[in-house]
Amino acid sequence: MTLQLTKEQEMLVKLVKDFSENEIAPLAEETDRTGKFPMQIVKKMAETGLFGLNVPKEYGGVDMGEVSKVLAILEIAKACSSTAEMYAVQLLVNGIIAVNGNQEQKQKYLGMSMEGKLGAFALTEPGAGSDAGALQTTAVWDGDDYILNGVKCFISNLGPEEGDYAIVIALTDKEKKIRGGMTAFLVDRELKGFVVGKTEDKMGIRGAAVSELILEDCRVPKSAILGQVGKGFHVAMSGLDSGRIGIAAQACGEARAALQLALAYSKQRIQFKKAICQNQGIQWYLAEMATKLRAAELLTMEAADLRDRKQPSGMNASMAKFFAAETAVEIAGKAVQIHGGYGYIKDYAIERIYRDTRILTIYEGTSEVQKIVIAKALLQ
Amino acid sequence: MKIFVCVKQVPDTSGKVAVNDNGTLDRSSMATIVNPDDMNAMEAALSLKDETNCQVIAVTMGPAPAEAMLRELIAMGADEGILISSREFGGSDTFATSQIIAAAINHAGFGKDDLIFCGRQAIDGDTAQVGPQIAEKLDIPQVTYAAEIEKKEEVLVIKRMLEDGYMMVEVQTPCLITCIKELNMLRYMTLKGITECYEKPVHVMDYECLKDEPLIEIDTIGLKGSPTNIFKSFTPPQKGSGIMLAGTVRDTAEELVNRLLKAHLI
Repeated sequence: MTLQLTKEQEMLVKLVKDFSENEIAPLAEETDRTGKFPMQIVKKMAETGLFGLNVPKEYGGVDMGEVSKVLAILEIAKACSSTAEMYAVQLLVNGIIAVNGNQEQKQKYLGMSMEGKLGAFALTEPGAGSDAGALQTTAVWDGDDYILNGVKCFISNLGPEEGDYAIVIALTDKEKKIRGGMTAFLVDRELKGFVVGKTEDKMGIRGAAVSELILEDCRVPKSAILGQVGKGFHVAMSGLDSGRIGIAAQACGEARAALQLALAYSKQRIQFKKAICQNQGIQWYLAEMATKLRAAELLTMEAADLRDRKQPSGMNASMAKFFAAETAVEIAGKAVQIHGGYGYIKDYAIERIYRDTRILTIYEGTSEVQKIVIAKALLQ
Repeated sequence: MKIFVCVKQVPDTSGKVAVNDNGTLDRSSMATIVNPDDMNAMEAALSLKDETNCQVIAVTMGPAPAEAMLRELIAMGADEGILISSREFGGSDTFATSQIIAAAINHAGFGKDDLIFCGRQAIDGDTAQVGPQIAEKLDIPQVTYAAEIEKKEEVLVIKRMLEDGYMMVEVQTPCLITCIKELNMLRYMTLKGITECYEKPVHVMDYECLKDEPLIEIDTIGLKGSPTNIFKSFTPPQKGSGIMLAGTVRDTAEELVNRLLKAHLI
């Protein structure tokens, strides 16, 4: 594996860094305070082509690969966790459609994505989190259509104004469940029976729209089937590795922001007539934080590089997500500690980042699930 | 119509400045950016391209690494680049630089329907001379300090800023316009632009290519030929780190006001 970026990747990093600093970072504090996502950022991101980063060229994208995706998400996450989460989910949905969709579906939905229309991935239910196989939303065949009924929860990129379409995983055969009983559907928000329910008031990533999705006799044509009937679980799993790498990248970006804040604060905070960074205890904290962050970044890049080279990456993706998420939570906590009392005050950005990181070890597969995946791969 | 946009890679002034023994900048040891006013010039050209589908050519004089800057500008929307680069051109003052750039633009086929856009001035030299000197060398009209540019059929209408007001100027092609930061908001590179920029041409023009151009006086280029020489460049001594106030916004604001009151500054 080479750590040398291509010229195009270097330019991508410059673009996303400039964009994040100029457009995203200035709105991060207000986004957190109001809990409202600034949709004008989505429009501007669409204009730069960022939503086409993992869209195949024949559908108007640039298909720059997984490493490029990591680089972009990392830079955005440094500026704002909510925006990074939105973007990571959007790319996850893009990726699932690109792999499983037919020509018409790819044309329509990848095109919508690149225009800045947000897509959601609706798998989780109140009774089906880590145990995705326990889902209960049904899709009943009726004439030429399917009728969807059920409740999904914690669906990202779905809110009062956010979200234009969703990949919905539903049971087409209650007996078979994950072994051929689930089907994936591409459902437009405007369809009757697609109801966005309660939007969650969260501890962190407060600007990211996360809502309940209620499907009430939602009639979808059979052309909405993504992949094949009975292959829904397979469709959902096809996005797993890439999704985990995306969250690992988000974790690395948030951790980097936390470390930079801690470094800067430690240089300017004077106690006992010297900057606190001159104390060995603080230096050791900073050294540990920087080392673990570097390890997280390298694990994430390695997983992404394996995917780009079409090598098996399941274990590596889980390792990256597990380690980067846990590390980000730890680094944010240490950064608050270095800030002392001011780290507990909302005037200081580290307070927001600390809350933002907490979800990283939970969503997109908990740390516990990642460890199951890793152990399974080791014991094969 | 072609629009030649003159751009310069300049040291990032937020970083450290390094100076050679002969008084010139040690550019290789400093981080670089595109001169800010030149970015406004590029944006103005690209806006006209959006309207008229003209061709935009980014032109720079500098060492080989300046090609990376041209590629970024192509990723923003320029169609091609010209890199004027040769050891013989190194150390040129504004007089020498402007005649070399004028010669290069002429060599590339500057016609009566074409335009040249420049930034008002570069943040390293701060002379604001190169643009006007290029215009003089090419014997074309120039409008400086453009804060607005509008194309109206065969003419350009330009709002030219003065210290205490502005003038509205109508000008036809060919002409040269220098741009200020108030002119526009900059666009970003696009992902499509980034993936395609290395497929677009960047022409390198060196001494051998330009030495016989009629606009070049061979004895007045490069460090030795330049009519003006910098005999000293230095970083001024730092003022000192100052006092950092720590605390909440309310506390630090109160502390600051008290200090300013005590010093009879407010």
